[in-house]
Amino acid sequence: MNMRIIGWTVAACAAVAVVGCATKPTDAEVSAKATQMLKTSFKARGQAGLDRLDQDETQKLCTEYATAVPPKDVVTKVEKANFAAIKWPADGKYLGDWKKGERVAQEGRGKQFSDDPKGPVGGNCYACHQLAPQEVSYGTIGPSLYQFGKLRGYNDEVRKYAYGKIWNAEAYNACTLMPRFGHSGILSEEQVRDLVALLMDPDSPVNK
Amino acid sequence: MSKSPLRVRARGILLSAATALAVGAAFAQTSAVDEIAKYRSALQEGNPAELWEARGEGLWKTPRGPNKVTFEKCDLGLGPGVVKGAYAQLPRYFADADRVMDLETRLVWCMVKLQGFTEADAKKNPFGGPNRKSDIEALVAFITSESRGVKMNVAGTHPKEDEAYRIGEKMFFFRGGPHDFACATCHAEDSKRIRLQDLPNLVKQAGAQKAYTTWPAYRVSQGELRSFQWRLYDCFRQQRFPELEFTSDASIALTMFLAKNANGAAFDAPAIKR
Amino acid sequence: MADPMRIRASVVGDATEVKVLMNHEMETGQRKDSAGKVIPAWFIQTVTATHNGKPVLAAQWGPAISKNPFLSFKFKGGAKGDKVQITWVDNRGDKRTDEATIA
Repeated sequence: MNMRIIGWTVAACAAVAVVGCATKPTDAEVSAKATQMLKTSFKARGQAGLDRLDQDETQKLCTEYATAVPPKDVVTKVEKANFAAIKWPADGKYLGDWKKGERVAQEGRGKQFSDDPKGPVGGNCYACHQLAPQEVSYGTIGPSLYQFGKLRGYNDEVRKYAYGKIWNAEAYNACTLMPRFGHSGILSEEQVRDLVALLMDPDSPVNK
Repeated sequence: MSKSPLRVRARGILLSAATALAVGAAFAQTSAVDEIAKYRSALQEGNPAELWEARGEGLWKTPRGPNKVTFEKCDLGLGPGVVKGAYAQLPRYFADADRVMDLETRLVWCMVKLQGFTEADAKKNPFGGPNRKSDIEALVAFITSESRGVKMNVAGTHPKEDEAYRIGEKMFFFRGGPHDFACATCHAEDSKRIRLQDLPNLVKQAGAQKAYTTWPAYRVSQGELRSFQWRLYDCFRQQRFPELEFTSDASIALTMFLAKNANGAAFDAPAIKR
Repeated sequence: MADPMRIRASVVGDATEVKVLMNHEMETGQRKDSAGKVIPAWFIQTVTATHNGKPVLAAQWGPAISKNPFLSFKFKGGAKGDKVQITWVDNRGDKRTDEATIA
């Protein structure tokens, strides 16, 4: 498909053979230039090094298909690779402390070049999701998670799903907007467990 | 919403309690959003951005730098010294520099080529802070105020302008950093919020118009006037990217993408924002 | 020296409406810098306004007023072409006076 488009462009240029053709870069060339230009337009500062502009396979694919629906094989590839990379808790326990989880969900700091590298680092869940109904300042980029456990059932299957989804959302929904909190080293195993508790503990305000 | 009516009946008592709670929360939230809107409209009168505009006008007309000349020979795209409406057609290609430039990049260019500053000196203080007023931000306030009411008309027709636009578009969707964020993560859908802050959809004309025509802005929370270069700089900080360099090629390409998407709307800044 | 104020004065009915923007940090003395050191208080303490030399407003301000303050007030009388003068003095003894003509 891509080959055909390039071929067609070359043919059109040869036929017209005037100025303009040579100066109109292809989509792939523009992408390559954009990636290159980003690398010369930023400087490392604090904990944010230039390596943050080096995309992994998932970021590359999701950038490529950002304005289109990714094809099935790409979806499968992204989800499979990310699922395989999930580090499950060694003791098989998914539930932590929902009170600590609420603090992680509220905390917006972490990983910015202006943040203290020693922490704190949070999940900033309320930026995008509704969780406990007491918090009215929540965003709408992600779905509401109010009554997450109550609606789905308090069982190990759902607990495991919640853990995996927070650890690496790309394993369940290729090219989701949600960060891969465990996979990318944003949150610790303990913090992810505390968030699972916020969603899954029957005593959590999320399930009230 | 796909709540089955069966379930409602089965858990009638429990659910009605939950519904009451949800309605209460929704009410608190709507009223919070309304109050923020009221606060914003109360701020419209007496926008301190005018203090920056006044200082910038003084700087524009004062002989400065080693060469002791004013900006009156500085061409912002409509001829030497022409300020009226200049911002509404930027960024654009400048033949003398053989480069696409936004306002801040062009100001730095004029400071170097006309006034004789070194480039490092010209770029030294792009964003002001307490006791550290930025001349660039004052100049930006003055020049942009002279485009108030002018329809955005970024040409984008020169091959280099077209290329900058297309590169800027690609950057808008570039995902990176520990959070996999791109500009598009927050700014490619209608009617979304981060916490209680409304997010403009910048890939649609209406959203780009509303957002782009209200920068620069006086940020009450910071007590500073902030330029579009600052807007991009701070977005990338929150995206967990490294530090965007002032007047870098990427910043110009992204500005080109967003400014051209705003074409046709009347420019309405410096504005005031929380 | 402090930067100038922006003053607008216009006749509205039988009164003159004055709007003033002032350049000032208005530091409360309650904040700390990134190193944890208290940033010393620095704020406007008195504001006075005169119309053709006659006082029409005197105000005492404190650290609760915002940075770059906006002040709007009306006084009876005043005609086009008259002078309105505003003066502020801060807790460091710094002061600034600016004048506008009623439009």
